Amino acid sequence: MKLVIIDYGAGNIKSIQFAFKRLGINAVLSNNIDEIKAADKIIFPGVGEASSAMKMLQESGLDKIIPTLKQPVLGICLGMQLMCNSSEEGTTKGLGIFNVNVKRFSNAVKVPQMGWNTISNLKSDLFTGIKEKEFMYLVHSFYAENCKESIAKTAYEIEYASALQKDNFYGVQFHPEKSGIEGEKILKNFLELKTNN
Amino acid sequence: MLTKRIIPCLDIKNGRTVKGVNFVNLIDAGDPVVLAKQYAELGADELVFLDISATLEGRKTMLEMVLKVAEQVNIPFTVGGGISSIADVDLLLKSGADKVSINSSAIKRPELVNELADKFGNQCVVVAIDAKQIDGEWIVHLAGGTIATKLNLFDWAKEVEKRGAGEILFTSMNNDGTKAGFANEALAKLSTELNIPIIASGGAGTVQHFIDTFKIGKSDAALAASVFHFGEIPILELKQELKENNIPVRL
Repeated sequence: MKLVIIDYGAGNIKSIQFAFKRLGINAVLSNNIDEIKAADKIIFPGVGEASSAMKMLQESGLDKIIPTLKQPVLGICLGMQLMCNSSEEGTTKGLGIFNVNVKRFSNAVKVPQMGWNTISNLKSDLFTGIKEKEFMYLVHSFYAENCKESIAKTAYEIEYASALQKDNFYGVQFHPEKSGIEGEKILKNFLELKTNN
Repeated sequence: MLTKRIIPCLDIKNGRTVKGVNFVNLIDAGDPVVLAKQYAELGADELVFLDISATLEGRKTMLEMVLKVAEQVNIPFTVGGGISSIADVDLLLKSGADKVSINSSAIKRPELVNELADKFGNQCVVVAIDAKQIDGEWIVHLAGGTIATKLNLFDWAKEVEKRGAGEILFTSMNNDGTKAGFANEALAKLSTELNIPIIASGGAGTVQHFIDTFKIGKSDAALAASVFHFGEIPILELKQELKENNIPVRL
C-alpha cells in the first residue's frame, strides 16, 4: 500500500501523517507528479485560505493532475472545498470535481464553526461501521451546499454537505485525523477502498 | 448540532506538567503525553498546553513535546506561552499543533494577529486575554496578569476579532483560582458582541459552574485545570450532567 499526502504547501499535514502512522501506515509527503500518480491512495489536505492554496496548486501543475487521478483520493477540509466548482473565499475557481459551490456561513452564527458536530445521512463505504449522528471535529468558515454528491450532512446555520463523493473522489469537511477513534475508522475505511489503479 | 467543548489545560515547564496531577492508575502523572492521551480517552474535546518555561532550553523541549503529543493524541490541541513571531508559530504548527494561543505579544504588537491569520488562517489563531474587573471596568493585564494595561476587555476583544483572531480565550483574574464560578456576565457580553467562539477560563469549581457558563455566560467552550487534574470533576460525569441540563455535548 503506497499512500501519498499531496504536499503543496497548504497547512498542517503532520497530524494527518501521524494519524496514518497510528494505523500502521507510512504516508509519504510529496508534490512530485509521478510519485502521486503511482500511489495506491492519495490524501489531498488543506488548511488556510482557498485562493492562495489554489494558486500553489496551479504553480506546481497539480490543478491539472488531480482531476485525472484514477485511484481513491480523499480531500480533507480545504482540500475538499478546492475539489468543488468554486469558493466564495477569495472568489476562487476550484478543480470542479464535485458539482457544487462553496459558500460562507452568514453572521447569524459564529464563524468559524469550531468544534464537534454530528454527521448524518451517511451514504458511502467511507462510513462503514460509523453510526448515524457520530461526532466529528470541524473548523471552517465556508461550506459546500447540499447536493447530489453529498454522502454526509451536518447542520450549522443550515444543513450542508459535510462529505462528498464522485467516483474515486472523496471529500470530508471534518478532520478525521483529529476526530478520535471514530475519525480513525474513516481513515481506515479509506485505506480499505478498492483501488482501480 | 455543534456541541459545547470541555478543555483541560496543562501547564508545562521544561517538558513536564506542573501544578501536579492526581489521576488514578497513571504511572507518570508528570508526562504531558501520557496525560493528554488519558484526557482524550476520558472525553475531553480539546486540550490546551501552556508553556511556562522561562529558558530557551525549556522552549526546545516544548517543541519535542508537541511533536510527541501530535504523534499519539487524536483530538485537537492548542499551544500557548511565549509565542511572539511567525517563526514561532510555524515551528509549532509544523510539529503538529492545531492552534496557537497568543497573549502579551498581541498586546505589544497587535499586527501579529493579522500576520498570523493571513499566513496560517484565522482558525488556528487563539487570542488569550487575561482581565481583571477594577471599579466596574474590565482591564486587560499583561505577562500572566502581573501588569495592568490601559485596554478595556471588550474593546480589545473586538479589535483582535477584526484583526483575524479565530477564537478568544478569556480568563477572569477575579475568578481564577477561586473555584467560585466563571465570570459569566463578562463572558455573555463577549459572546453577544463578538462573532467568534469564546472559551471561558478561570473559576471552575463545580459541575453547576459549567452549566452556568454555557447557559448564562453563553460560552462556546470551558477550560479548567485543577478540577480535572485532581479528579474532582470527572469529564465523563460532567458531560453527562451537562446533557441532562440540555446543553449539547459530545458523548
